[in-house]
Amino acid sequence: MDTNRFTRVDATTWRIEPRGAMRVPAIIYADAKLIRDMDDKVYEQAANVATLPGIVQASYVMPDAHWGYGFPIGGVAAFDPDQGGVVSAGGVGFDISCGVRTMLTGLKISHVLAVQKSLADSLFRQIPAGVGSTGAITLDEIDTDAMLVGGAYWAIEHGWGEARDLERIEEAGKMAGAKPAYVSDRARERQRREMGTLGSGNHYLEVQGIGEIFDAEVAEAFGLSTDDIVVTIHCGSRGLGHQIGTEFLKEMLLAGNAFGIDLIDRELACAPINSEVGQRYLGAMRAGINCALANREILGHYARRIFAHYFPNCDLRLLFDVSHNTCKIESHAVQGKQRELFVHRKGATRAFGPGHASLPDALRPFGQPVLIGGSMGTGSYILVGAPTAETKAFASACHGAGRALSRHAALKQWSGRKVVDDLAERGIIIKSPSLRGVAEEAPDAYKDVTAVVNAAEQAGLARRVARLRPLICIKG
Amino acid sequence: MILQQHGAERHDIKDPRAVSCTGWEHFPHDADVGVRGFGTSPAEAFEQAALALTAVVTHAEVRPLIAVQVTCDAPDLELLFVDWLNTLIYEMAVRRMLFARFDVKIEGTRLEATLWGETIDVARHAPACEPKGATYTALRVAQTEGLWSAGCVVDV
Repeated sequence: MDTNRFTRVDATTWRIEPRGAMRVPAIIYADAKLIRDMDDKVYEQAANVATLPGIVQASYVMPDAHWGYGFPIGGVAAFDPDQGGVVSAGGVGFDISCGVRTMLTGLKISHVLAVQKSLADSLFRQIPAGVGSTGAITLDEIDTDAMLVGGAYWAIEHGWGEARDLERIEEAGKMAGAKPAYVSDRARERQRREMGTLGSGNHYLEVQGIGEIFDAEVAEAFGLSTDDIVVTIHCGSRGLGHQIGTEFLKEMLLAGNAFGIDLIDRELACAPINSEVGQRYLGAMRAGINCALANREILGHYARRIFAHYFPNCDLRLLFDVSHNTCKIESHAVQGKQRELFVHRKGATRAFGPGHASLPDALRPFGQPVLIGGSMGTGSYILVGAPTAETKAFASACHGAGRALSRHAALKQWSGRKVVDDLAERGIIIKSPSLRGVAEEAPDAYKDVTAVVNAAEQAGLARRVARLRPLICIKG
Repeated sequence: MILQQHGAERHDIKDPRAVSCTGWEHFPHDADVGVRGFGTSPAEAFEQAALALTAVVTHAEVRPLIAVQVTCDAPDLELLFVDWLNTLIYEMAVRRMLFARFDVKIEGTRLEATLWGETIDVARHAPACEPKGATYTALRVAQTEGLWSAGCVVDV
């Protein structure tokens, strides 16, 4: 994008002034290079979101933003129901509550290096990953309803997880307000054999070593030291979430005229929060969030089982579990007044700063862990929500490196075999059912994750705590 | 002329002989992928776009061993196209199948189709990624110089 199209507020804050149908400005947090490298579509989509009814303050965009559908990936927007605010199925996306969890292991890099290949093989065999994979769990109707209400709590009740995990999951592992009755038979059918599966695309399970600590005090509170091993899982609500997204996107699009909402882009399909379809979507979407929370809890349980085989005294403790495709009711200060807002984060992480009431006691003085998935080769980061994130973007931060090249372009540039071999030379084992999938996810197809997190820190969204380097990556 | 371009850039058809063309292509999107089919009728363009959707998942041969019947209905052709792709995505997901051959009939805005395919064989098909849903982004069903095209971005 041309930086001259923005009002530059500071080194990492770029503002699109309201024009035309925009009700509020759009604000992108990124450095000049990240802005220049972003697709023009990000500008267009950020401005389009600013036209939606009831939007509060601004349409925000995180430093890892790229061209999405309707909302940019990396978009954050809050809506006030009392001012005609809307909920948008496109603003949440198909993979409802797609997110990341990181588990501490108490192991050091040397422990994993001693069994690296065997551990990678075992994880690949036992974690269902990729298209066509099925989990060991088959849901019947009653179980599905219980799962859609209970989330991670449901998984733990069934023995697939540990109760101590709950305080380390957003919403304590169980999203309130889920309405299974609004989840269609087709969505249920899509999920019947998909519990405890990783999915495909950019979803993964990684065994990572801590390469660098940036904030010793917070790292200690998070239980992170240099050379420690952690396990990170990235996946979402699987077929159930995809189907809920598909069905409500269509329904909101068709209902749009009845609400008198003039859409600039059909993908922004939305409904007033205080409408029947809006409430129905919220109930179904929250059930989708619980599906994702249950799924990640089950996958965490599988990881525990496999690690216990290799390291009998090993104790995998959940650092945190974040979701990055959601719409949640949150209380935020707007011009000095607390308001209950419906905050959409589409490819953005909630990033509560120190003192937030929802954080467990051990984390509250420091802030919420913000887990940033990088690419297979470049590593990932653990950040902590900054005190200023609240005023900057409704307590939000980036969620990953963000793609720099399309899958299409990646496939033309790299061979999956070569990516696997090159990474193996650097000590990183990649296991995937598809070499083409690996090529599409090649490290250089992503933006520089370090540039993204530096921009997030400079913009006051989240601060760096630790950098992780991958040792084993199971790709779906 | 067959326009089956694996991983091709957007292909503009300017050749007047293209009136008789059928084919498909992928077009780039930052995070996801666009699918587009071409044909002498909307039904043919829809069939070709379905082949493009299968090619998002695999470049391996898919055998037309099992037949599945589907129907879709939507207020206009563009919304029908998204519905069609979403129906395919649903059938692929719940049946664990990939589809190789399509017979589409469109009357007004109602579509009836038979899909032929086979159960996914991970070793043989090496599926690269899973389509989550068809989007309204870059959605266009249109006739240009006698040739129909139908395309949109698919979230993967």
